[in-house]
Amino acid sequence: MTRIINTYGQLLVTAMGQTLLLALYGLFFACIIGMIVGIMSVVSSKVCRFIAAVFVNLIRGVPMIVLAYFIFFGVPYFWNTILGIGGLTLTALQAGSICLALNCGAYMAEIIRAGIESVDVGQMEAARSLGLPWWRSMYRVVMPQAIRTMIPSIINQFIITLKDTSILSVIGFPELVNTAKNVVAATFMSFQTWAIVGLMYLIVILLLQRAAKVLEGRLKYGA
Amino acid sequence: MERKEKKIAIHVSHLKKSFKQLEVLKDISLDVKEGEVVVVIGPSGSGKSTLLRCLNQLEEASGGEIVIDGTDITDKKTDINKVREKVGMVFQHFNLFNNMNVLRNLMLAPVDLKIMDRETARKEALKMLERVGLSDKAEAYPHQLSGGQKQRVAIARALCMRPDIMLFDEPTSALDPEMVGEVLEVMKHLAHVGMTMVVVTHEMGFAREVGDRVLFMDGGLILEEGTPEEIFGNPQNPRTKDFLNKVL
Ligand SMILES: Nc1ncnc2c1ncn2[C@@H]1O[C@H](COP(=O)(O)OP(=O)(O)O)[C@@H](O)[C@H]1O
Ligand SMILES: [Mg+2]
Repeated sequence: MTRIINTYGQLLVTAMGQTLLLALYGLFFACIIGMIVGIMSVVSSKVCRFIAAVFVNLIRGVPMIVLAYFIFFGVPYFWNTILGIGGLTLTALQAGSICLALNCGAYMAEIIRAGIESVDVGQMEAARSLGLPWWRSMYRVVMPQAIRTMIPSIINQFIITLKDTSILSVIGFPELVNTAKNVVAATFMSFQTWAIVGLMYLIVILLLQRAAKVLEGRLKYGA
Repeated sequence: MERKEKKIAIHVSHLKKSFKQLEVLKDISLDVKEGEVVVVIGPSGSGKSTLLRCLNQLEEASGGEIVIDGTDITDKKTDINKVREKVGMVFQHFNLFNNMNVLRNLMLAPVDLKIMDRETARKEALKMLERVGLSDKAEAYPHQLSGGQKQRVAIARALCMRPDIMLFDEPTSALDPEMVGEVLEVMKHLAHVGMTMVVVTHEMGFAREVGDRVLFMDGGLILEEGTPEEIFGNPQNPRTKDFLNKVL
């Protein structure tokens, strides 16, 4: 155990950094996608709602590992070879981030839709009755209330996405699992290595949960 | 517009409203003059709320015409938000913005719509709070207020937009009996200072005291209308008689 930590500790911590970097990129774009698709699924336009529903169901219906292969290998192949345009290469970080963003974005969209729908329609009506346009009402009145109810689910989704980064070891991104595999290959100490890696995930996730609790407490109105 | 027509604050003609197959408003025609207080009564499900909500297009009319202060709001080209700025609405369940304190509830629309700068809006809000007797609640959040207080804040919030018309949809129906009076007082005051009001209510005492005109609705139609004396003292339509017997 100490041998692993002494020799490979630095490497594993760096890999955890890569995992967090990947998760951060993924989550950032997932939030944007989730927001856009989530709002698309509550507007009055049937076309918007349809597109949102197709996106969500498509992503939810495909395993992320397939999505990862598809984006990393499939899309450049399609662009460069089938279309013959050429010049598209995706790094593992780029493909991984896109993959996480799409996957997590679809789930975020559902969380955001449910959050918006959980706010009493009277809130929107009152804002509209004062002359506020739909967007302003959404932004100033509905969304702030929706986000409050969404926080636990969003944190939960963040944690799932953080763990899902491990799936992206398949496209060769040097995140924690991928790096750990190399450590095991070099040392044959699989028990110790995977225990350490597990512990590292656990610590990060516990910290994240702790932060979420603090945030939740801060968001109480007039507390 | 002719001078004479300007006196009409709300003009409704042959208004129809359906939800899918369900025809909720069948053929409503109605004029409300500036400064007039019109009270709408009728059994539950008769379309009172729907009528009121059509007047600021929270419900889109299916047919007919609604003209507010000279603007045809059933016209697709009309900017409904501009009209709504001048038509306040008070809801049965208050609908205060839960994520804001009282002061911010009142200031949101005037500031966000750039009708007032923050300081003016603040002063206006505090003035309105004083008018409804809640100066000490400026910093309170909705969940810290009683029902009666919430409804008075809701009225103050609408007044901050300096509306020409106020719509009330059963403003006291969700209140404990001891709080009804404080809300009605505020509404009476508004009526006395000349606000144009359409009030859906079951408070017959209020209707008698401040109503200029009472409409009785049933089944999506206005079955009878007249002064409070006429409607309460000598109702003509058997449905009106029947309804009044039940509620009085
Ligand atoms: N959004 C809606 N969708 C479908 N039906 C509705 C909707 N709003 C109201 N209704 C129906 O319209 C009728 C009249 O409702 P409402 O105007 O609320 O009556 P009132 O306020 O007089 O009790 C009721 O039968 C009600 O169920
Ligand atoms: Mg009603």
